[in-house]
Amino acid sequence: MLFITICILAAGLGMAIGVIGPGIGMGNAIKAALEGTARNPGVYGKLLTTMMIGLAMIESLAIYVLVICLIILYANPYKEVALELARSVVK
Amino acid sequence: MTHPYLFLQFFRELLSPLTRPFTFTKYPLPFTNEAGIDAIVHAWLVMAILIVLALLVRSRISKIPGSLQNFMEACISWIENMIVENMGERGRSFFPLIATLALFILFSNIIGLIPGFYPPTANLNTTIALAVIVFLSTHVVGIREHGFKYFKHFLGPVWWLAPAMLPIEIIGHLSRPLSLSFRLFGNMNGHELILLIFFGLVPFLVPLPMMMMGVLVAFLQTFVFMLLSIIYIQGSLEETH
Repeated sequence: MLFITICILAAGLGMAIGVIGPGIGMGNAIKAALEGTARNPGVYGKLLTTMMIGLAMIESLAIYVLVICLIILYANPYKEVALELARSVVK
Repeated sequence: MTHPYLFLQFFRELLSPLTRPFTFTKYPLPFTNEAGIDAIVHAWLVMAILIVLALLVRSRISKIPGSLQNFMEACISWIENMIVENMGERGRSFFPLIATLALFILFSNIIGLIPGFYPPTANLNTTIALAVIVFLSTHVVGIREHGFKYFKHFLGPVWWLAPAMLPIEIIGHLSRPLSLSFRLFGNMNGHELILLIFFGLVPFLVPLPMMMMGVLVAFLQTFVFMLLSIIYIQGSLEETH
């Protein structure tokens, strides 16, 4: 039971803390793109392209965190070990 | 957790011999599971769609293009412009590789938005295969271009920095297929999971904003994958230090 509790805690807290960085980073990127467009509306197209690429790069960091959390919750490699220990305690 | 209610669900029984574990190895190895069969079958579907569309246009190609031929020419010239803009004129010979990757990923992503189909890129195996293709092609292109002096690329600008530069360069090179595969897999699979949860909670109108984001993400991830492949291949084509 403790194993499952800590797994859920780890997944939740990890996800929450892990998207602080990408969130701030993406905010900075969009701010820079908007300021550039406000100064020079002609380059809106090129700025949009570069901004989209930058956002996808930064978003992939948040996706790495998501993948680890999904692994912890759904494809946990220590599930059998925990079940063995639980069964041996129950007996 | 497998996707319920697929149109091509009957393939799960057809291909079920693949799910049985091998017993002639020391520990039984399964070949694939049901999610893998879904990805394989829908990858076949995407291949069939692409080939049929291409043959359809090719059979009635004409100097005054009809609507489908016009649309395809627009897409292909857009990809070609993107390649030439980033790689220079040498890049035209890589156009088949990059365009095939881009079209396969685009159609795979979009097929996930239609209810009753499963996107093959939502399975890690598909995306790792695509990323490994790009990774190997960068090295093959580098060796074909520069000979074995391509490996001096890893040693850095000056010879006495080589013991420090080599691990850094190797890790940087190995992180490329990792990030390519996980980015695509995470976006597609995360979208599927969110839709699963929303359909379990409130199936009426709430999944719609997520599906709109799914359209945006489908195009964006294709664009990013294609652009990164172009940049990596161009990185191994350019002059070494």
